[in-house]
Amino acid sequence: MLDLIVIGGGPAGLAAACSAHEHGLKNILIIERGAELGGILNQCIHNGFGLHIFKEELTGPEYAARFIEKLKGTGISVMTNTMVLKITPEKQVHIVNPSQGYRILHAKALLLAMGCRERTRGALCIPGERPAGILTAGAAQRYVNIEGFLPGKRVVILGSGDIGLIMARRMTLEGAKVLACVEIMPYSSGLNRNIVQCLRDFDIPLYLSHTVTDIKGRRRLERVIISKVDKELKAIPGTEIEFECDTLLLSVGLIPENELSAEAGIEIDWKTNGLIVYDNMETSVPGIFAAGNVVHVHDLADFVTEESMRAGACAAEYVQNGERAGETVKTVKGFGIGSLVPHKIRKEASKGKIEFYFRVNESFKNRSVIIESNNFTLARFKRKVMVPGEMERVTLDRACIPESGEITVKIENEDGGNEND
Amino acid sequence: MTELICIVCPMGCRLSIDDSMNVTGNSCKRGEAYGRQEVIDPKRIITSTVRIEGSAFRRCPVKTDRPIQKHLVFEAMKLLDGVKLVSPVNAGDFALKNILKTEVNFVVTKSM
Ligand SMILES: Cc1cc2nc3c(=O)[nH]c(=O)nc-3n(C[C@H](O)[C@H](O)[C@H](O)COP(=O)(O)OP(=O)(O)OC[C@H]3O[C@@H](n4cnc5c(N)ncnc54)[C@H](O)[C@@H]3O)c2cc1C
Ligand code: SF4
Repeated sequence: MLDLIVIGGGPAGLAAACSAHEHGLKNILIIERGAELGGILNQCIHNGFGLHIFKEELTGPEYAARFIEKLKGTGISVMTNTMVLKITPEKQVHIVNPSQGYRILHAKALLLAMGCRERTRGALCIPGERPAGILTAGAAQRYVNIEGFLPGKRVVILGSGDIGLIMARRMTLEGAKVLACVEIMPYSSGLNRNIVQCLRDFDIPLYLSHTVTDIKGRRRLERVIISKVDKELKAIPGTEIEFECDTLLLSVGLIPENELSAEAGIEIDWKTNGLIVYDNMETSVPGIFAAGNVVHVHDLADFVTEESMRAGACAAEYVQNGERAGETVKTVKGFGIGSLVPHKIRKEASKGKIEFYFRVNESFKNRSVIIESNNFTLARFKRKVMVPGEMERVTLDRACIPESGEITVKIENEDGGNEND
Repeated sequence: MTELICIVCPMGCRLSIDDSMNVTGNSCKRGEAYGRQEVIDPKRIITSTVRIEGSAFRRCPVKTDRPIQKHLVFEAMKLLDGVKLVSPVNAGDFALKNILKTEVNFVVTKSM
């Protein structure tokens, strides 16, 4: 029997496997459905990775290579071109690949690192006709950077997520004309630096508070119509702008890839489709751990790596010492918090720190993040700016965790107050 | 006075550069250097791909090993159309040297 099977060979799976090995596990297997390790990083040929961890600006493939190099000499096994079809709470893993066919593997612990997939047009219900030429920004990224095809010449981008912004620049450099980037919210969901270096550098207009209201074209996309939206995000008649284009890229968010987890009965946060995890990155099923975009969507691969190293270490601890004990304290999203990880904390060890990752659900300026329990403030962190597009992180001393009850993470009120909302 | 957003790291600090080239609003030294450079002579790293033969994939990713003047970006991109690599290549290998006599090079970013 294997010690640990890691499902997914992206940055999360790679870092988790390396860390589990460093913490003493011997029989580790990484299973990846793609032809090579690296996950989504292989198609992210732009730079900007690794500033936190390596203090260098690396491209996606360079960042992945750092971890793939690290695998050498560890004895960690890798299966590529292998799809995981099913996992069970007993930690069986059903796989299929061209050389071995269907097999069932068994391990003492599992680590889920399947990443996420892009939201598609269907999930958004855009009205209009159904011509060719509408694809997700990540699919376009794959076409351009790996397959070597330019999927269109005149492009409109819906959504201002980072992938869309990166593709606006990429397609412009390859000779396409990007006419507009259209965002329904009054703010962009992408990083500021990407707005600057991907849109402004090329004079690509960003239409905030606008959305696509009609799609025209018989076989290939011919025109896209956008409209301004009001506060309720409803289109305002008379504000239509028409673009003649052959391609519409969707960059409207990512969904954690959790079909396998759901089938195994692992608890999922149905609002984000992310996994519910303890502070040691263990899911609701003992011995099944998770890290990376399958838990919550990260903007920075560096944070994925940090989280996954922790998950790998905790999986090793589970294999060596068994399940952690201790009372469970729940975490609660207070005012201003859109998503929060971890969902549960075990009050066993009193040493060390707990990291909270969260996103705000609206933009805030000069506010504090408050962690409280039973109306008692445990910690306060000042922030100049917080926007929904960027994940925030705060750390709390384990010694502060109450014996029981709940821990709330929230944004302070406008008047700096700390009363309950 | 010029207002800029620093693009060196994801923090995206808002910089102000006055007429005597004093930078404020940066959280670190790199931001100061960027702000000044951006006002004097903006430069960018280019990342792109080139053709490769003998590999499982058709494109090999490359980047400039240093930032290149912004107004040369499209011309530099054109040069890549004529580059064809043959597998095996290693990350760090030159794909194209001395782009447009700038002494900046395109280097491979993935061994394949
Ligand atoms: C387009 C794009 C641009 C980005 N740009 C940046 C940036 O500039 N800077 C930055 O720091 N971060 C960036 N990120 C974020 C960062 O790359 C991701 O957060 C990170 O790759 C997530 O890592 P992961 O391992 O969780 O997921 P992934 O990289 O998606 O890896 C998951 C892996 O699991 C495999 N898998 C899934 N299901 C199965 C199965 N059933 N069986 C076998 N294998 C399976 C997949 O094939 C994949 O290889 C970007 C992300 C995207 C999508
Ligand atoms: S000033 Fe420093 S911290 Fe701020 S964005 Fe620039 S590099 Fe990052």
